[in-house]
Amino acid sequence: MSAVNDSLVIARRNLIRMSRIPEMIVFGLIQPIMFVVLFTYVFGGSMNIGGSTDADVYKNFLMAGIFAQTVTFATASAGAGIADDMHKGLVDRFRSLPMARGAVLTGRTIADLVQTALTLFVLAVVALLVGWRPGSEVSTNFGRVMAGFGLLLLLGYAFTWIGALIGLSVRTPEAATSGGLIWLFPVTFISNAFVDSSQMTPWLSHVADWNPFSATVQACRELFGNPGVSPSDAWPMQHPVWASVIYSVLIVLIFRTLAVRKYRSAAA
Amino acid sequence: MPGAIYAEGLVKTFGDVRALDGVDLDVPEGTVLGLLGPNGAGKTTTVRCLTTLLRPDSGSAVVAGIDVLKHPDAVRRSIGLSGQFAAVDEYLTGRENLQMVGQLYQMRAKAAKARAVELLEQFHLADAADRPAKTYSGGMRRRLDLAAALVVSPPVMFMDEPTTGLDPRNRQQLWEVIKQLVSGGTTLLLTTQYLEEADHLAHDIAVVDHGRVIARGTSDQLKARTGGERVEVVVHEREHMTTASEVLNAFGKGQGEVTVQEHMRKLTVPVTGGAKLLAEVIRELDTRGIEIDDIGLRRPTLDDVFLSLTGHLAEGKEEENGVENGRENGKETAK
Repeated sequence: MSAVNDSLVIARRNLIRMSRIPEMIVFGLIQPIMFVVLFTYVFGGSMNIGGSTDADVYKNFLMAGIFAQTVTFATASAGAGIADDMHKGLVDRFRSLPMARGAVLTGRTIADLVQTALTLFVLAVVALLVGWRPGSEVSTNFGRVMAGFGLLLLLGYAFTWIGALIGLSVRTPEAATSGGLIWLFPVTFISNAFVDSSQMTPWLSHVADWNPFSATVQACRELFGNPGVSPSDAWPMQHPVWASVIYSVLIVLIFRTLAVRKYRSAAA
Repeated sequence: MPGAIYAEGLVKTFGDVRALDGVDLDVPEGTVLGLLGPNGAGKTTTVRCLTTLLRPDSGSAVVAGIDVLKHPDAVRRSIGLSGQFAAVDEYLTGRENLQMVGQLYQMRAKAAKARAVELLEQFHLADAADRPAKTYSGGMRRRLDLAAALVVSPPVMFMDEPTTGLDPRNRQQLWEVIKQLVSGGTTLLLTTQYLEEADHLAHDIAVVDHGRVIARGTSDQLKARTGGERVEVVVHEREHMTTASEVLNAFGKGQGEVTVQEHMRKLTVPVTGGAKLLAEVIRELDTRGIEIDDIGLRRPTLDDVFLSLTGHLAEGKEEENGVENGRENGKETAK
């Protein structure tokens, strides 16, 4: 099974790299923590969630959104890493070796998944410290909460494949970082992550309901027992857990295929 | 029977640019071919096609007896590639880099580890084995890159400008390593812009320009094509140049004319007769009271070969000779 083996060798290599650049991990944590604190305390009292403007309600509504946004930021890190490998000639080295074709990309996405899990863990602890409580609206249990985090990791993993394709398509790591981030802002803001999307202009609200990103946020709220269950009758909002799984798997399939094809013909 | 590296009619275009315009190569087993040419001549593209990194538009190639286009995976098991940019992971240590490459050549973890230790010894990197590669000097990185290409002792090696950007001492060192490697029977294709490098390392040289091989042969054969030895004199006083020219003309072998470079007070004439003749020239100049700053017998260098093949030397002599000279000066400092 050289495909599995090669992917693990590459994943290990990327994890060693990450551990030698600790400042990247630290910066990767500062931003979501800042979002948690800013959104909680700045917007907290003025948001209307399901008829309530209670700051505690918004806090519990918000966390699933911040978690989901954080995991998607792994896109930029995957893209930048792969662009850097291309730029430095490492992809040439790998492509001249008798290794499995997709392993360089798979290894990178696995390493990013590990880093995302770590970030998510720290972020969950911070969320608990500022007062996030699973089961604040309806009761839940440990298994359901973990299932929520599972969906978040799956979403993050799916998005790293988009990052991989971006990384292979641009010329420099810098371009991969900005190219990996810019489009994430509309994707994560035209959603139910930070506000009640049913209060948006109808057409925007419609986009938000079908946004793959919204499905995972909605699923997490449901599994975490947090407020904000959407009144929308759009299918993904009614079956958010299924929708989240289907969307993420589709993204992996589509972008993995495109990225591996691109890798094979990559010319640095 | 085709050699260890064989290519016929390789063509590759990028948009409007015809990077390869029908490259033919044949490198017998256990020999070194130097692919010589300026930037953009198609050297790197040739290497990329032969190492499965790039698919040529047309043509065929066989490496280590395997068809490159039909069985790229099998080719990858038999080749080592050392690139123009030292392709090692700078955040990994030397040891980790070599181990990783070994595992990706499908060695078991334990075997890859042992091989890494061997290579670190062989390439004088043992002391730096556990430091991240980004702390290495340029020469150390190149050695690590070369070691990575040798993990499985492949029968066929490709080196794309292995010493570009290295200082003279490190270049010397790397040459020694490459010579050792070749004496072990490895077939090597080496690209270089340094004519001296090809002269030093390669059995055969193929001169590439505009995506085509424009000449091939041993270093001596190529030099013979540009003519034999010459006497070069730099006189002290400008007014002595005419007299000096007469003297040289008398010693010249008749077919060649005296070349005069006014501003450098330099005269050159093709001769036969070697050192003995040189002594006579010196005596004659002395007798006539011509003071000289410099005199010497020069054999054609690969610079001369390349310049004459690409025709640059024929156009605007003064200027081109200046360029030629500049290159030679560069070479002097490289020694």
